[in-house]
Amino acid sequence: MSKQRKWQVISLTYSSNQSQKDNSANAQLFKKIIMDHYRNPRNKGLVEDDEYVTIFLRNPSCGDDLTVQVKANGDKIESIRQYGTGCSICCSSASMMSELLASKTLTEAAQLINQFYLMVEAKPYDEEALGDAISLQGVAKLPQRIKCATLGWKACEEALGKIQEEQADDSASK
Amino acid sequence: MSSSLHECCLKRSEAIRNEFPMLSVVENGHPMVYFNNAATAMTPKSVINAMTEYYEEYGVNIARGVDAIGYRATHLFEATRVKVADFLGAERSDSVVFTRGTTAALNLVCSSFGNLVVEAGDEIIVSGGEHHANYIPWQQLAKNKGAQLVLAELDEDGKVTPEALQKAMTPKTKLVALFHISNVMGAVHDVKALAKVAHDGGAYFVCDGAQGIVHDQINVVETDVDFYAFSGHKLFGPTGVGVLYGKYDLLKRMPPIEFGGEMISLVDVYDTTFADPPHRFEAGTMPIAEVIGLGKAIDYVNRYGYCAMQRRVEYLTSIAVEKLQAQPNVTIYNPHNYASGIICFNIEGIHPHDAAGIYDREGISLRAGHHCSQPMMRELKQFATLRASLAFYNTEEEVERFVEATEMAGDFLDILF
Repeated sequence: MSKQRKWQVISLTYSSNQSQKDNSANAQLFKKIIMDHYRNPRNKGLVEDDEYVTIFLRNPSCGDDLTVQVKANGDKIESIRQYGTGCSICCSSASMMSELLASKTLTEAAQLINQFYLMVEAKPYDEEALGDAISLQGVAKLPQRIKCATLGWKACEEALGKIQEEQADDSASK
Repeated sequence: MSSSLHECCLKRSEAIRNEFPMLSVVENGHPMVYFNNAATAMTPKSVINAMTEYYEEYGVNIARGVDAIGYRATHLFEATRVKVADFLGAERSDSVVFTRGTTAALNLVCSSFGNLVVEAGDEIIVSGGEHHANYIPWQQLAKNKGAQLVLAELDEDGKVTPEALQKAMTPKTKLVALFHISNVMGAVHDVKALAKVAHDGGAYFVCDGAQGIVHDQINVVETDVDFYAFSGHKLFGPTGVGVLYGKYDLLKRMPPIEFGGEMISLVDVYDTTFADPPHRFEAGTMPIAEVIGLGKAIDYVNRYGYCAMQRRVEYLTSIAVEKLQAQPNVTIYNPHNYASGIICFNIEGIHPHDAAGIYDREGISLRAGHHCSQPMMRELKQFATLRASLAFYNTEEEVERFVEATEMAGDFLDILF
């Protein structure tokens, strides 16, 4: 992604007196970001590597499925891979997640996942922290699509839990 | 059509729609277009009133005690059994078992009858077009018994021809379980011919009538099915009630799978003699209001007539298919199956859930997903599809709005803003 766009996204603010024109400009920009992740997904494709923790999740009611792989080095996430089938919200969200959380610490990642949940549940959240993922803030008014938007993040959350368990086991056995 | 005839049709259509309170619901600022009838149909006022009347005037338990009010409830409950038997063309009303729905009915046949007759090494034939409710029970029974689940081949309309069933039959075939009308493809089976192939090969024939009961009048004696299952809520009746028809001699051989009140004859200290069918299979308090409501739904269908309902469904479905086919990016998987009102389709490059978001915004209710038939999705090589399913009370204007919304589906991200 170009630096220019990243800056634009982060600098957007959503005060209540925002004009109609700004709203529609935001919408256009957000749509562009979502479509970009949907059509050109980041970190797509799985790897055969034991160092990755692999989590497969699905929404049984709609048939969306998603696999997320996370590789950590100590406290830091080194790489996230994702692959699956689903609607634009599900797939673009997984792509945004993989981009945002890679290179974060396990604690930071867990906090960001929580911020994303807060956003889609229409609760106060730190919009500056979520990068491209704030383009999905409209999910907050579509409760029936929350499960699409959060699938990738839930898979990553599970992977983080598993990594921490494994690390705890390792240090206990040492 | 002459203008006076046209006017007469419009008036009739309006009068019919007024009988269904749900048809005046407003969704997302639009009068709702309900094209999800294959999931659950709308309920006419007469059914709702009958259930309200039960709760307000004689809402007591049945078949217990000798009070007059209890007798009224029992009488209406049992009269519905007779009505259902007549509706199915059954010879005796005690071959009608009330259940929670088609799923419960099919599970009852499978757990009781299937468990009784299927042995290790036997084969059970189903098709890839079955709803999960007529697939998983047999799959699990086969697994538990060491029997083999066999899939009969589907033709391009999504149905099993008698020839295809014949091909799948072997001397080991113990039971054949097939839909009457498919819930994904809307294909209509020749139930009589399929039952004959099964019987000629020495197998039993179970029919899932969840969709079939709505669109194709069944006669269980003429078709000679051993079991037939359907739900109330797809037949304009209430949820929570369904029917298992079974040949009486087969029901008589079946052990109960639920134990409790009203299904016994004599309870001794260490053993119990069970009641005869159908009560043997109706343990505990039944959905009494729902059974009575189902009776009213059958009255409704009988009053309107299958023939008139079907003419309307096939006409509306045919124009919807024609208009969708005119859109270059729409693929219809079942372009020849009008009788079910089901149109199974996808819009190129747009995930069904994304498209469904646009339909929802436009106040159009339809189904997106795998339709509880993942085996059928595999046959179609699709993860999911859209399914519009029409009923006789839908209108040409609604078809028009549905087609217009299809044209807007490319703007699927708009729903987020």
